Amino acid sequence: MSHDASFTNQKFKVIGTRVPRPDGIDKVTGRARYGADATAPGQLVGMILRSPHAHADIRKIDTSAAEALPGVKAVITSADLPDKVGGRRDMLDILENCMARGRALYDGHAVAAVAAIDAETAKRALKLIKVDYKPLAHVTDVDEAMRDDAPIVQPWVRTAGGDPNKPTNVAQISQFGHGDLDAGFAEADVIIERSYKTEQTHQGYIEPHACLASVGPDGQGELWVTTQGHYTFRTQCAALLGMEVAKLKVTSSEIGGGFGGKTHVWMEPVALALSRKANRPVKLVLTREETFRGTGPTCSTSIDIKIGARRDGRITAALATLRYQDGAFPGIWGMLGAMTAWACYDLPNVKSVAYDVLVNRPKVAAYRAPSAPMAAFAVESTVDLVARELGMDPVDFRLLNAAKEGTRASYGPTYGPIGIGPTLEAVKNHPQMKVKLGPNQGRGMACGFWFNFGGQTCSTVNIGVDGTVNVSVGTVDVGGSRASLSLIAAEELGVPYESVKCTVADTATLGHNDTTEGSRGTFSSGMAIIFACRNAVQELRARAAKMMDVPVEDVHWENGQAVALGTQHSNLQPLTLAQIARKSPQTGGPIAGHNEVVADGAGVSFASHICDVEVDPETGQTRVLRYAVIQDAGKAIHPDYVEGQFQGAAAQGIGWALNEEYIYGKDGRLQNPGFLDYRIPVCSDLPFIDTQILEIPNPGHPYGIRGVGETSIVPPLAAIGNAVSNAVGVRMTHVPMSPPRILGAIKAAR
Amino acid sequence: MKYEAPTSTKDAVALLAKNKGSAYVLAGGSDLLVRLKGGFIEPDLIVDIKRIGAMQEIKKTASGFRIGAAVPCVAMGESQALNKAWPGVVEAAKLIGSDQVQGRCTVTGNLCNASPAADSVPALVTARAKAVVVGPKGRRTVAVEKIPAGPGRTTLTKGELIEAITLPAPKPKTGDAYLRFTPRTEMDIAVCSAAVSVTLGKGGVVEEARVALGAVAPTVVLVPAAAKAIIGTKLDAAALDALAAACRAACSPIDDKRGTVEFRTDVAGVLAKRAAKVAYQRAGGK
Repeated sequence: MSHDASFTNQKFKVIGTRVPRPDGIDKVTGRARYGADATAPGQLVGMILRSPHAHADIRKIDTSAAEALPGVKAVITSADLPDKVGGRRDMLDILENCMARGRALYDGHAVAAVAAIDAETAKRALKLIKVDYKPLAHVTDVDEAMRDDAPIVQPWVRTAGGDPNKPTNVAQISQFGHGDLDAGFAEADVIIERSYKTEQTHQGYIEPHACLASVGPDGQGELWVTTQGHYTFRTQCAALLGMEVAKLKVTSSEIGGGFGGKTHVWMEPVALALSRKANRPVKLVLTREETFRGTGPTCSTSIDIKIGARRDGRITAALATLRYQDGAFPGIWGMLGAMTAWACYDLPNVKSVAYDVLVNRPKVAAYRAPSAPMAAFAVESTVDLVARELGMDPVDFRLLNAAKEGTRASYGPTYGPIGIGPTLEAVKNHPQMKVKLGPNQGRGMACGFWFNFGGQTCSTVNIGVDGTVNVSVGTVDVGGSRASLSLIAAEELGVPYESVKCTVADTATLGHNDTTEGSRGTFSSGMAIIFACRNAVQELRARAAKMMDVPVEDVHWENGQAVALGTQHSNLQPLTLAQIARKSPQTGGPIAGHNEVVADGAGVSFASHICDVEVDPETGQTRVLRYAVIQDAGKAIHPDYVEGQFQGAAAQGIGWALNEEYIYGKDGRLQNPGFLDYRIPVCSDLPFIDTQILEIPNPGHPYGIRGVGETSIVPPLAAIGNAVSNAVGVRMTHVPMSPPRILGAIKAAR
Repeated sequence: MKYEAPTSTKDAVALLAKNKGSAYVLAGGSDLLVRLKGGFIEPDLIVDIKRIGAMQEIKKTASGFRIGAAVPCVAMGESQALNKAWPGVVEAAKLIGSDQVQGRCTVTGNLCNASPAADSVPALVTARAKAVVVGPKGRRTVAVEKIPAGPGRTTLTKGELIEAITLPAPKPKTGDAYLRFTPRTEMDIAVCSAAVSVTLGKGGVVEEARVALGAVAPTVVLVPAAAKAIIGTKLDAAALDALAAACRAACSPIDDKRGTVEFRTDVAGVLAKRAAKVAYQRAGGK
């Protein structure tokens, strides 16, 4: 590989091998315990009543009949969840999303909840709760919500820096860029302007939200929950319920997917409040319908792009105007769209302006590289149009304008070593680019970017007396990270992978760990484990020195052994980790290493994708024939799970591009809250997704790791958009490119 | 909720007839269990027919075939004789849900669920299938298209159930085909669909034809005008266009989350043309 890898130049023994995952057997045999798999003595069944209205005043909730029903142990409304956060808006938003406070803000918004001895009683109790709604005008479309006469979703919202007296749905306007846009466009020989729309999608994790909550009269509580971040859930639940963090123990279950949707609380505070009121454990498991209606999908968007370029192929100016709907509560999603939109390119004059807009839809949550796929769809579609207008190959055009080390990114920072150029070179050399296309077939490619994140991390390594190793981490394993982290510990300590056992520890065991988001799990916990292992090695050397009766300075750690150096020690045999561990009761007790760190230095990641499709011109149906993902991983610790992330991200992107969408009726109600009509792809809808891992080490990590989980959901919308547009000869501008939209576009062009 | 698993059709009918509340017949359960779990129905009685011997087999009879009401679609796929006689009916049954679903679901259940998008019904209609209905007053045989009355409603009266579906032996030089449109390759419901059956005469000319469309009206529609458009032809381009036009004229679909009126109408014509070509080939036409 041509990339400069000198800073690492490390020889690894087990890093980069494809070992079996430690959680594999339990998962395939059904022994693994997920959110809904916990039970407690005396547990009740929790259920939530949800608004059938898109927007309504709640005049009165009469729970008396439900409370009187035998078997019902608690009924709660927002009155049972008073403001314990002193009006702190971001936390109050989460609380109001958990349970409506006087107004239902979207179809599916929780308005009350019950805990009963069984599901049938709970169901009956929900029917007995009388809610007096006064329906209000609603808005679900992002462009309509920005109009002056649009119904106002949150009366307290003002645009930052805007009119302090004017209620609005525009919660935030963000702007990024540099240079002189007017001068840049004046210099352009070609200017292309286009508008795009993308519809709302859900992460579609296979496991719905579920928890088992227990709060005792002494104010202590426990929560077993499917989550990407049990420490974050603890912080949020404790704050919202007025509990102390140390007295709420949160344990993360195995997780059946999250993709950003399990990064903050939805119904967990409700379960805890029910348990507190009933004085019994409460299990609350959402249905699939509730998961669609009442948890956080990603934004729908409306985006305008303008690109100017010279005849020689250099982009002279680039402007993006992005409108993202955040659901019923303010978010940062438009801002992230604006930051990522132009990140792949080296642009002298660039600007992106984003509007975060409120509508009567569920509170938007993160979804794998949140906000970047929509911006990339609009940008990369327009980039293709400019290349075509200039008569240039779309890969060459991108290569010419690609960001590189030293480029000032459109969102501010200056890049270190990055992988956009190498992924594009790999596209050019990829065998798929040479496959001949048949009739009604088209090829497209696109690039994508994601920041990646590090954050607060805390890990412990404990050496067992038999020489096996326990690694405790606080980042939830959503994509095989226990295997990767075990490899890292094995590498550092010089022990076999099989003798390491990695556990995701509960919140009482370790210090705070940020949520597994921003592709940080392996990056940050990997870093903390390396440092923790190195601490343990210090102790191992000290114990070995005691056993050998030599000064600790003379003991070195080599290949998993303590070796005494120096001529006078030449007759001493090296001591293995297991030998030192066995003697540990006599040499000072247990041996451990620990580390807490803010894992700075997450390296940005880029991907380029190639896609071949065939479109049936009479039905508008698209079949993805071939698909290739090329992405920079920094260093692939466990290549299987890196490839798995690439493939999984591409698969989600393909579903989003072609068929997935939230469909709202005129009444503001979600029409398709189930997998039958919310069409994620099934296995037979996808080709084998080819992957190519590039390794351009991240100088910010001891092993050169970059996060790999998110970047590859960024290019697919655009790669497929470009491929479909090339197949049908009409530019597609609306995602998903469902058969009716494609057929409509073909007919309109005739 | 009471669950009964009788071992004879007579007992099943008696249970259904004397039940006072809401009663449902359970075969594969691929519709019923979903509705039950989703809270859409709260049955007082469920009558499981899978233990009734007569309902579990595919029988070749003097006049054709008899498919028991509890026969899963996968068994239809395994019947060579049925595949040879009515490949369109079998391919329709083999499109329902997925492999796993086909291990449970039945064409009788598909018919009684009375969805306009039921995959197996258009092909059963073009094959002139009949339902053997048994009730407190005895047995009657009804053309399958007479069973659904509208979305989710059937013409069966209290105490009645379907014991079997019969198919005639096809005339020589007969072929049938079924095509549906779904955005996904499986685990999906037809946005629109078309079944065509043709019988050829001398020189490959279509002598008889039946055309039925799914998901474009409250029930599956038999379209005689579409059949007429190809009778007497060898499926030349003009005949196929006339077939598509007749199909589109017979469509009265709704706009919903699964498809628009325009898309359904348009694609119904496309599918009918394609199905006609496949049926023609299967009948031996060139």
